Amino acid sequence: MTVLAERQAVHDDHSEHHEGPTGLLKWMTSTDHKVIGMNYMVTSLVMFFLAGLMALAIRYQLLSPGGGIAGHGLSNQQFNELFTMHGSLMLYLFAGPFAFGGLANYILPLQIGAPDMAFPRLNALSYWLYLSGSITMMLGFLTAGGAAAFGWVGYAPLSEPTFSPGAGPDLWILAIALTGFSAIFTAVNLVTTTFYLRVPGLTMFRLPLFTWGMLVTAILILIAFPILTAAMVFLFADRHFGTHVYTVAGGGVPVLYQNLFWFFGHPEVYILALPYFGIVSEIIPVFSKKPMFGYKGMVFATMAIGALSTGVWAHHMFTTGTVLLPFFSLLSLLIAVPTGIKFFNWIGTMWRGQIHFAVPMLFCVGFLFAFLMGGLTGIMLAAPPIDFATHDTYFVVAHFHQVLFGTAVFAGFAGFYYWYPKFTGRMLREGLGKLHFWLMFLGFWLTFMPQYKLGLEGMPRRVATYVPGLGWQFLNELSTIGALIIASSFAVMLINLWVSWRSPVAAGDNPWDGHTLEWFATSPPVHHNFERLPPVRSERPVWDFHHPDAIALSHSNGNGNGNGKVRQPITVGSGSDGEPE
Amino acid sequence: MTAPTTGSTGAAALKRHPRRLALIAAISLPVVLGGCQLPTFQGYRGSTHQGHDEFLLYAGTFIAAIVVGVITAALIIWSIVRYRHRSDQIPRQFQYHFGLEIAYTIIPVVIVLILFGFTVWTENNVDNVAAHPAQIIDVNAFQWGWQFNYADKHVSVEGETLSDPDPIGLNGVGCAPANHCYGPGLVVPAGETVRIYLRSKDTVHGFYVPEFNFSRYAQPGVLNTFDLTVQHVGVYRAQCTQFCGLYHSEMFFHVVALPPAQFQAWLSSQQSATVAAKRSSSSATSGSSATSGSSAASAGTAAAVRHRSTSTREAAA
Repeated sequence: MTVLAERQAVHDDHSEHHEGPTGLLKWMTSTDHKVIGMNYMVTSLVMFFLAGLMALAIRYQLLSPGGGIAGHGLSNQQFNELFTMHGSLMLYLFAGPFAFGGLANYILPLQIGAPDMAFPRLNALSYWLYLSGSITMMLGFLTAGGAAAFGWVGYAPLSEPTFSPGAGPDLWILAIALTGFSAIFTAVNLVTTTFYLRVPGLTMFRLPLFTWGMLVTAILILIAFPILTAAMVFLFADRHFGTHVYTVAGGGVPVLYQNLFWFFGHPEVYILALPYFGIVSEIIPVFSKKPMFGYKGMVFATMAIGALSTGVWAHHMFTTGTVLLPFFSLLSLLIAVPTGIKFFNWIGTMWRGQIHFAVPMLFCVGFLFAFLMGGLTGIMLAAPPIDFATHDTYFVVAHFHQVLFGTAVFAGFAGFYYWYPKFTGRMLREGLGKLHFWLMFLGFWLTFMPQYKLGLEGMPRRVATYVPGLGWQFLNELSTIGALIIASSFAVMLINLWVSWRSPVAAGDNPWDGHTLEWFATSPPVHHNFERLPPVRSERPVWDFHHPDAIALSHSNGNGNGNGKVRQPITVGSGSDGEPE
Repeated sequence: MTAPTTGSTGAAALKRHPRRLALIAAISLPVVLGGCQLPTFQGYRGSTHQGHDEFLLYAGTFIAAIVVGVITAALIIWSIVRYRHRSDQIPRQFQYHFGLEIAYTIIPVVIVLILFGFTVWTENNVDNVAAHPAQIIDVNAFQWGWQFNYADKHVSVEGETLSDPDPIGLNGVGCAPANHCYGPGLVVPAGETVRIYLRSKDTVHGFYVPEFNFSRYAQPGVLNTFDLTVQHVGVYRAQCTQFCGLYHSEMFFHVVALPPAQFQAWLSSQQSATVAAKRSSSSATSGSSATSGSSAASAGTAAAVRHRSTSTREAAA
């Protein structure tokens, strides 16, 4: 408690130098990357919980063939709106923005020793576009025709006005355009910040892997999101300006929509994965007390995944009969190679370490198992004949939930638990955190494993009802029970946050013995982040500073690293601020 | 007719390329021999020739995935059990092992290339279309039902959603919901190759027969062509898989594979029913023939659907 009081005193003292608004006005007007990052995280977590509630409604409906319990099910229209919005919220408004808007915004400048993002006001604009996009999407529920009900992919011609009239789909399209611009601006900011605001000594091959992951993610955003926004502009024009980009009757090409969408959609999958791989690559070394095994291999693997991800979009279109199967199949299979490298490097990092199973590390191990399963079924789906047998069935649903739940939820909450002390200066309770993990881990397997079996037996995805007598009810019941267990695990997390809020335990600056520069800042960091920084001689400057006798072996940079001397921190002055060496 | 022709040309081609024959035998023999004993791995063995090829690939990939998965999981479990925190001593800070890193780059590449080889081989088999199929059927998907046109025989079958169960059955047994044959029936001859031309009249739909291990999109503006060779007489449930709006979950159909003779009898019975219905119906519907895939169901078509199958049942008995 005393530590926290001192910290508070230091913080108060500091804020005198930066007269600014406080309270709600601070959250609304700030251009500080930390405030914007928190705004992003809170908003995206609200979206995550809303989408989770929708998932519960979906699972409730699928409890029985006729829908719901004792005939009190949802209507087809309600179900279709719910699964559309569940997917849209999770993918457009949670998984991406939580990573590149929330965690990256907050952590990336800290990891590279920068005082803020390169374009603070653009950063604020990104957030407000994202928030307005999120609200716009949710407003669909208030329209007369209901929210969009054509799946998160919004395939034309189903999303054309003939089949989906009303304002709900329009709001959905506008929301995606708004959040698309928000993502593009954030990506511009992240790329510029990473290239120009690194502290002296922090060369590209000393960048923390989270920052590397975010850099490649940001480049993928710049490649993918403009295509999505263009696809949405065409769709909107078809709906309102009488164009026929996607309608056969007017000479358009419906399958163009699928190509455009997945040219965004598959890089998007890695936009949702690479930041989370980065988080895992931060946490596993810290809790194993070792450097990241094969650090450079990890960097190249990240880049390889990014590059390959732009050439695999049509593996979502294997059954359209309009794509060159071997090309997209081979590229999709090849993604297994860099992903495998990452896996073995994570294992290599734990190998002969001293692994502390604090909550963030537990979540990372959960991620490893979840992603292993999701990755293996992904390899199966990369073979077109197997995709023919399972396309648009629950097999695919189980596969991508295991991948995305593994990354955005297991790894995402690993990052949340890991950096929460940095965000707030407080610890979360370990016991409640472990309870959260074990409930979620159990619920995860119980929810998604039966879905593989359902898919192999031919249960299509996005069906509001299914026929009785095929034995699907029991598997669906298991899945629903699993979903309830997952939901209960998040109730535990909310209790944990509440406990931490009511009776704080001070975290200190570096509770995990972290490796990267954010752990040299105060918790929470002061305005403009650093008053002093350690010299950067490897990718883990804070570890080197605290453990001068435990420098990484066979470090191939070989530029004065490992001489074992205790180094003095350098003071961040205006002259050297952000200037590359 | 078709199958022997294709078979003989295939055999002739292999005789001209003995090395190719040896290669194919080397690859496929263990798979085919093992295929008889293989467990199903929770999937379907595939009731068509094409679907059975898919099953062999699925089974092989499944085994490979289990091997890779078990090895990786074992390494993870070993790491987290063996190297959990025991002392406060800082472990050795090793970071690179060039040989090891190269190894686990090269080995996955090799595995992936082998998998890719089998994948291409299988997908060529699955997507292969015969020169002379026994029957050509135009399949049109629409919100929310299916239309099956036997264009050369002037026969059309059409039905909508769950609420329109089709009475066609096998051996006199009506096709009841208990057999999972909801929606209209796609009647095909068993053991013969059927060509499907798949189109959609409105949104994207998915033509999916689980036991055939096969699906294909029906899309507006796209003609998809594929062959099905159903191996055994039977009824196979089927359903639209690509989300297509309000009643997507009720867009069923089913495939009825009849012995070829019985299939022909069914076709001619349908034909006469259609002709009779056409004669009796008013001239207003005569413009849209029951055979065309482009127009909606005419009164004649509807009559054909309802009148069918007395002869089929007798033949089956």
